[in-house]
Amino acid sequence: MTMSVHVDIVSAEKEIFSGLAEMVFCPAEMGEVGITPGHAPLITKLNPGEVRVKVSNTESYPFFISGGLLEVQPHVVTILADTAIRAKDIDEASAIQAKARAEEILANKTSRVDYASAEKQLFQAIMQLRTLERFRKRGS
Amino acid sequence: MAVGKEIRTKIGSIKNTQKITRAMEMVAASKMRKTKEKMLATRPYSKKIGKIIKHLAYANPEYKHPFLVSRSVKRIGIIVVSSDRGLCGGLNSNLFRKLLGQLTIWDKAGFDVDVCTIGTKAYSFFSGLNKTTVIGHTSKLGDTPHLNDIIGIIKVMLDAYYTGQIDELHVVSNEFVNTMTQRPNIEQLLPIVSSELDEQLSNRHWDYIYEPDAKEVLDHLLTRYIESIVYQGLVENNACEQAARMVAMKSASDNAGNLIKELQLIYNKARQAAITQEISEIVAGAAAV
Repeated sequence: MTMSVHVDIVSAEKEIFSGLAEMVFCPAEMGEVGITPGHAPLITKLNPGEVRVKVSNTESYPFFISGGLLEVQPHVVTILADTAIRAKDIDEASAIQAKARAEEILANKTSRVDYASAEKQLFQAIMQLRTLERFRKRGS
Repeated sequence: MAVGKEIRTKIGSIKNTQKITRAMEMVAASKMRKTKEKMLATRPYSKKIGKIIKHLAYANPEYKHPFLVSRSVKRIGIIVVSSDRGLCGGLNSNLFRKLLGQLTIWDKAGFDVDVCTIGTKAYSFFSGLNKTTVIGHTSKLGDTPHLNDIIGIIKVMLDAYYTGQIDELHVVSNEFVNTMTQRPNIEQLLPIVSSELDEQLSNRHWDYIYEPDAKEVLDHLLTRYIESIVYQGLVENNACEQAARMVAMKSASDNAGNLIKELQLIYNKARQAAITQEISEIVAGAAAV
């Protein structure tokens, strides 16, 4: 039997995933991390991006999160996401729209506050689209 | 017939009241369903973050965050969550009664108390109280409050804690047990204390790896934790409010029904007595002729 670790992904709105996994990939602030069972205790902030839970060699679940926190204990991994969506539930049209809107604001360069938040939104939209793209590629 | 006109108007007015309470009961029932869903949806997040904080209390970080260090207490801060509207049974008064007991204990121990209130009821209660000072207030958050709405007053309290103005922070709100029961609850937020012992974690000396660094991660995590606990208290209190109102309005409707029944009986008796008397008067008159 392969080793497995319990993974919980919760967002402020609901519990997204709870179960055993072989490995979890997360977009940590210092770079992408892969957590395997028995990992040393770790706490880190997460960037917007794709979280992938590998349940077995053939089965893995991708999610998009808009940032959050990751806690690792040897036997349990907890991801506190600000918002989380399953990759297949990502609304491509609205993500493209959000990206276009953010790009427009960036092009106009109105105020500093606007600029920062638009940049963040743009990053989120891009990461959402990338998550979806990768999900599709793997699926086919 | 002129008998019992007062009784009839009385019955009419009670019937009107009953209509109102019944309507309020139904509104509260449907609102309760919604607020309860919201409460259950946010529970996993606050549970999980609570768990992480519990683990953290066992870790031995080099960086001692002020939230994790207890200091001698001179002044206590509390965040009180109440409803905006009344007519919800003893919900708010039970909460305030429990809190008053605690306040007396603190008063005897010589602690001063600063209060932040959420909801109109708590504000009007504490602004009349001279034992405490209200330093922050927010209300009219509606049935679906947002985290943004309460970040302001949480910040007031956290700043007060950072600067040493207060040495402990408690949150007071109702806990939703089920539709019939709501439990007033006083919970200590700061400094963070771990109540239950976890053998596995407390037996050995260990610490997390923090990325990028302990201060930044802990600041972020602990602020999130406080926000999520207060927010959970708020949505839970909302569900409690609707449940309590539903129950209170149901018993009000039932009481009105009983009252109407009694009055109807009295009215019928009076009417019957009047008829009997009239007949006997006629009979007596006929006999006299």
